[in-house]
Parts: sequence; structure tokens; C-alpha cells
Amino acid sequence: MEKVHHRSFLRVTKKDEASLPVKALVIAIAIFCALLVSALFIFFVTKLDPISVYVSMFKGAFGTKRRAWITIRDACLLLLISLSLAPAFRMRFWNCGAEGQILLGGLSTAALMIYFGNKVPTPLLLLVMMIASMLSGAIWAFLPAYFKAKYDTNETLFTLMMNYVGIQLIEFFVDFWDKKQSHSVGIINMNGQGGWFPPVFGQQYTLNILIVLVVTVFIYVYMKYSKHGYEGAVVGESVATAKYAGINVPKVIRNNVLLSGAISGLAGFVEVSGISHTISNNTAGGRGFTAIIVCWLAKFNPFAMALISLFIVFLSKGAAQISSDFGLNEFASQIITGIILFFILSSDFFNNYKVSFNHNRKEGR
Amino acid sequence: MSEIAVSMRGITKRFGRKVLANNHVDLDVYKGEILSLLGENGSGKTTLMNMLAGIYSPDEGEILINDQKVEITSPKDAYDLGIGMVHQHFKLIDVFTALENILIGLPAKEAEKKCRAEVEQICQKYGFDLDLDKKIYEMSVSEKETLEIVKTLYRGASILILDEPTAVLTPQEITKLFTILRNMKDDGKSIVIITHKLNEVMEISDRISVLRKGENVGTVLKTETNEQQLTEMMVGEKITLDIARDFVEEKHKRLEVKNLTVKNIDGKNVVDDISFDLYSGEILGIAGISGSGQKELLEAIMGLQKCEEGSSVIYNSTAHGVHELVGLSTKEIISHGLHLAFVPEDRLGMGLVGNMGMTDNVMLKRYRKGSGPFLHRKMPHDTAVKIKDELEVVTPDLEYPVRRLSGGNVQKILVGREINNKPTVLMTAYAVRGLDINTSYAIYNLLNEQKKKGVAVIYVGEDLDVLLALSDRIMVLCAGKMNGMLDGRTASKEEVGYLMTHLKEEA
Repeated sequence: MEKVHHRSFLRVTKKDEASLPVKALVIAIAIFCALLVSALFIFFVTKLDPISVYVSMFKGAFGTKRRAWITIRDACLLLLISLSLAPAFRMRFWNCGAEGQILLGGLSTAALMIYFGNKVPTPLLLLVMMIASMLSGAIWAFLPAYFKAKYDTNETLFTLMMNYVGIQLIEFFVDFWDKKQSHSVGIINMNGQGGWFPPVFGQQYTLNILIVLVVTVFIYVYMKYSKHGYEGAVVGESVATAKYAGINVPKVIRNNVLLSGAISGLAGFVEVSGISHTISNNTAGGRGFTAIIVCWLAKFNPFAMALISLFIVFLSKGAAQISSDFGLNEFASQIITGIILFFILSSDFFNNYKVSFNHNRKEGR
Repeated sequence: MSEIAVSMRGITKRFGRKVLANNHVDLDVYKGEILSLLGENGSGKTTLMNMLAGIYSPDEGEILINDQKVEITSPKDAYDLGIGMVHQHFKLIDVFTALENILIGLPAKEAEKKCRAEVEQICQKYGFDLDLDKKIYEMSVSEKETLEIVKTLYRGASILILDEPTAVLTPQEITKLFTILRNMKDDGKSIVIITHKLNEVMEISDRISVLRKGENVGTVLKTETNEQQLTEMMVGEKITLDIARDFVEEKHKRLEVKNLTVKNIDGKNVVDDISFDLYSGEILGIAGISGSGQKELLEAIMGLQKCEEGSSVIYNSTAHGVHELVGLSTKEIISHGLHLAFVPEDRLGMGLVGNMGMTDNVMLKRYRKGSGPFLHRKMPHDTAVKIKDELEVVTPDLEYPVRRLSGGNVQKILVGREINNKPTVLMTAYAVRGLDINTSYAIYNLLNEQKKKGVAVIYVGEDLDVLLALSDRIMVLCAGKMNGMLDGRTASKEEVGYLMTHLKEEA
């Protein structure tokens, strides 16, 4: 037979899952490679000194006390939204509607601030706003969950569409509350700060951090030690197994998605009452989607989510800093964060697969 | 003997660091012979043959076809070399006809008409019975098998590999297949059959190569061996192949199934007016071609299927009194404390949660126990330890995801959990499918033990030899109907096989 069969040059084989130290090493190598490739990009395309760019990046996130606090504050918010997705995602309910749920939570918070701010004592108002925001987030999540449980509709499309309804609702109320035709509600209760998070222990964002901390622990315990969390895990793994175990699948879907929506709504409350003190269609700002990446990367582990949230916020703060420090346009700095994320995301491949070269084994023939 | 068609030399294949699927295997296949590749599940038979078929490529070793060294890197390479493989899971497209499936992947210039003529010629030559215009979804398993073989022959295969071809066929269909295989052999084709059924090996093959743990432990001529020797080669130790069948005197009616009917999503009766009684201290075997309603019957009893009007299942237990099960949900059956145990066919897809460990799986039906919103893992943990020790489950630890364990260990966990709860009725579906010989016998023993304890056992099986050896009574299902109830001690294999495929006329 004349035919020559060539072997491919690279061989990819599946291997056993890597141990924790190996995984850490893989990530470290990925970050190193990312920095190296970004350095080449910075040097050849923007003609800047990579080291000083990296230094400015770090300074952007942690350079001053204020910046550090803002980084932590934003990381907490992102973590809160990521946590909200976990109960839904673990059931394989792809909740892409965190954006809308945040907006609705923010909307009811803003409404309460506008109508009751400076009239009702702030602690009481905060409590009411918290409950209201969670309820409205849950309602926004309930519709897709109900139809999924009852008619097995596609939750991805449904939750996405709910986002747009949410945005339109915000647009309507912004114009409704806007007295100056400025197409914005401005800072709510600038005087008196009714319904704002008060500083605790002399720190502006203590309350934000406390809320997120409580939710983190709650989600961890809920997923690992509660009967409801266990039901969700079984449903996510196999609906047939869940039915076999006598689990009421529609009810479990509904409850977990309600929880998911409620925490997203809570994130809206933290954003409006604890950070921006205003409402606009930019209140969620795409965090509902970034959170999907966080939740997925962390494989639903709340503590891993915390680290990843911090890292992603660090990157975005750093990117903003380098664009202002070096007069780069925003796209250049986004390319750098893109490179870093790409390397880290793709490094997971090496945890599961082994790549080797094919020697054509000519020896010994 | 005649010339060598295929020669595999020192073939090694690894998956990951821990799995050594084939370890320096040498294997020869002659022209005009039927070689059986015998071995337990996981002994590397399919992996070895997949390397001939171009699905995998070996890490080490070489393959010679007709004395030429070759590299087979894709199924196309394999076809070019005249190697065709029929996989255990058929690679056919449901909505296409038989002829269209044969033409898939071939150059468009192969005209349909010419192909049809050639295929018909092949069928005639070897005695295949095939309707070329039938759609795959209308075909029986046996027809699909035939089509797969014809497909490889049409593509010019002179070396044919069949992976577990008889696994889903009735005795009559197997006889037919073997006749065809003999015709092909007489035509000079080389045939490799991957199997673990000893009686078939003894019937059809010329030579037998036995694989154990990825190694070729020997090749023997059929005329010079027997089933006992082959088993010892497969397992590596002496084992007895007898299944015990004790007679339990004391019998109580445990289930009274009356006019049970279940419709599928298309409104067709998948379980069609079935009535039978089940007694304590007996094993009721259920025979039938797969998909004859076995799954739905058991699920209906467990409250997992909606039963039609007029269906009735009376559960009668000394401890819990009399209950009508139709209309109860699975949750209600569990929470009323009715001791119905169920080992479903799809172990990881229905009986267990693959990503969870032993403890969490043992908890599956009883996680609601205990007050408060939190799980109580102490009891399930102790039970898991008990199951692990008593049934010799091999797992690194109790939290290790069960999906990563071998099929035998997975089944031991599932069966262990179900019998731990002291069932009144124990229903099992294909309880030994895919398990090695030792584990299979361990499962038979467990079922027999339960029977002796007075449990009413249902055993849905596919291996008729086992069904006939194990069951006190055998119920034969055909197209969702009960087509006969036989005495397990007197029934013959042919009788059961006939009832599986020939629906009795309505009286």
C-alpha cells in the first residue's frame, strides 16, 4: 500500500483532574504569560514602558486609600450579584436576568427614598427598602421561573427579555420623577441623605461589606448544608433522579429562582442606597452579565467568587487608570484586560488535558 | 491455517495517568475466521478494536494489515484498509432511510441506483433481510444491526468488527445473525466479535482471545477449550457459575397489579392492561425486548408515571397495611414509609447523583428526615460506611463523586441503598448490565438473600440464561402487553424468546 498516513503533530489527551497546588501553578503561569504578552502589546503598539503601565494599573486599583475602598466596594457588589446567580445556575437554570432584577430592586429602593426619605427614620427606611428590593427582584425572576416550571419554556430568552422590560420601566420612572427635564433623577436626597447607608465605624462602606459578607456565608451554608440546597443540587444534576427521590421539581425551580432574584434585587438596593444614591438605566451597568463569568469560573464556590470578583474589578479599575495616565484610549486598556482574562480562562484547559508532541518514532525500526 | 489479515503488535493505550486500557497487546486475525474477543467490561476489548477502526490511535505498538505496516488515524483510513466496525451504539440517523444511511459520507457521485443494486446483491449473497426504504426509527434493533453490517460490507470491508452484536437480540435473531456470519466467513472475510457471553463464544467462534485488565492473557482454539476454562481466563480465578434458586415456602401477596395502563407522550399504550400478583419470597423475572414497557411498568408502580383510568396497584404489607399505590406520588410513597425499593436502569441518570459522594447519595430518598432546614448527614454517613464495608465498595472516600467509580461500584451503592431500608418489594431493572462476572454474581446473591428474607423481588433482565436460572416465575412482555407467565423452573429459552417477539392473538 502506497498510502502514507501522517500523524498529527500535537496530541491532546484527557488527564485526571489536577490537584490544588498544580491548579495554582497553572494560574500563576497563565498570569505570567498574560503579563508577558500584554507587555509585548504595550511595547510594540503603544510604545510605552510595560512596567510603568502595570504599576499604574495597580495604583489605579489600590494606589490610595480611597481607591482601595472603592475597589473593595465594587468587588463586593459584583460578588453579591454573582452569589445571587449560584442557586439558579446550580439547577442549570440559566438566569441571564440579573440586570433586570437589579434594576427592579434599585427602582423600588429609589421610589422609597424619594417618597419617604428624610420623613421616616433612616434605619427603618433601610429595612423597608431592603425588603422591598428583594421582593421586586424576586417578582422579576418569578415570571420566567413559573413558565419554566410549568411549561418548560427557555429561561435564557425569558430572563433576557425581562431585562429590557426592566430598562423601559426605569426610563419611564426617571422621566416621571425628573422635575428639570434633565432626563435624570440626579442624586436623591442630597440634603439630609435620607435612606443613604450611614457610615459605620467611621467607614462609608462598612454596611455594604457587612451585607455581602452575610449573604456569602448564607449562600455557602444554604448550598452545602440545607435541605433546599440539596434539592437544588439534585435537580441540577438530573431531573429524573430528582423525581425518583420524590422531589417536587417545579417547586424547587421556583423557590431557588425566587431566592436568586431576591438577592439580585438586594444588590440593586446596595447599589442605589449604598453607592450611587440615584437610579438610571445604567444602575446595573452590565454587572449582571459579568457576574455570570464570576459564578461560572468559581464553579459556584462563594469564596472563589470573592477572589474572582476582586480580580475582575481590579482589572477594570487598572484599565481605567492607564487610559487616563497615559492618554490611551479606553480600547487599548481593554485589550490588555482582555489578554489577561483570555489567558486565565483558557488555562483551565491544562487542568483537564495533557498536550504532548508526537515523535514520529523512527528510532528502532 | 490461512494467511494473517490483521496483526497487532505490542499495542498500548493509556487514558490519563491511571488508566492503562491496553498493555502491550498482541493479536492476530486470520482470513476466513471468526475470532471472539472475550473479556469482562473494562478489560480493553472495545478500546483495542477502536484502534483498528481509527477511533483512537495507539500510544505504542504497530498494526499490520496484510503484512503492511499501517497508521490508522481516522475511520476513513480504516475503511480504506478494508476494516469496518459495527459499534455497540449504532451510528445511524433516525430520520433517514436505510439506503440514505449507507450513502452518508460517501462521495456524491455514487449514484443511488447503482448503490441500491449493489446493496441488494450483498444482501442476497449473505442472506440479509433488509428493507432499504425503511426509516431507521421504524426499525427494530435487529434490523439496525443488519443495516450496520451491510453498510460496512458495502464500503468494502473485508475485516469486520462487531462490538457486542447480540446484546439486544432475541435467541431467534441471534441464530439468524450467526448464520450470516458463517456465510461471510466462508466468503473469506475476517470477523472479530467482541463479547462476554460464553455460550455464544462457544457456538460461533473458531478461536478465542481473552483480554484481562488490558492484557491478552491467551488465545485458544474453540475445539480445545470449554466455558469453565474461559471464565477462569477472563476473571483470573476459579469461580462457580451456578446461580442459586431456593424455594421459599411461606408466601404472601405483596403487590396486586390490575389492568395497569400507561400511555406515552404520543398517547400510545406503553404498558397495556397488565395484571399480575407479586409474592414475598419469590423473584419474578420480567423478560422482553428492551422498550417493551419494562421501564414504564416499574416506574408506574413507583408513582413516576401517570396511570390511566382503571389501573390499580394494591400494596399489601404486614407492617404497613394495605395501600392503593395508583394516585400516590413518589414523595407520598416515601413519606408514608411504604417500603418499595427501586433500582432503575439508568443508575447515574435516575438512581444516583453522579457528582455527589456516597453519603449524599445514600441520603437521596431520606434527606427530608430530621427537623429543621438543615441536612442531617450523620445517619446517611453511617449507612454509607456500612454499605461500603458489607458490599466491598471501592472508593477513595465517602465524598468522592460516584460517577468516577466503576460501574460495579456504582451499582453496589445503588442496590446497597435500596436494600438497606428493609424493603417489602424490591424492583430492579437490568441490575447487572455492564457489570463484571464477580459483581454480577454478587448482585444475584444479594437478590437471593432478599428473597429468602421474604422480600418480593422483581428482576427485569435481558440475559435469558440468567432469567431462567434466577427467577421463580417469568413474566414475558411484548409491546407493552403481558404475553405469558411461565414457571422459571420449567420454561425454556426458546419459549421465552418466542413470547418476546410474537404477540399472542387476543382471546
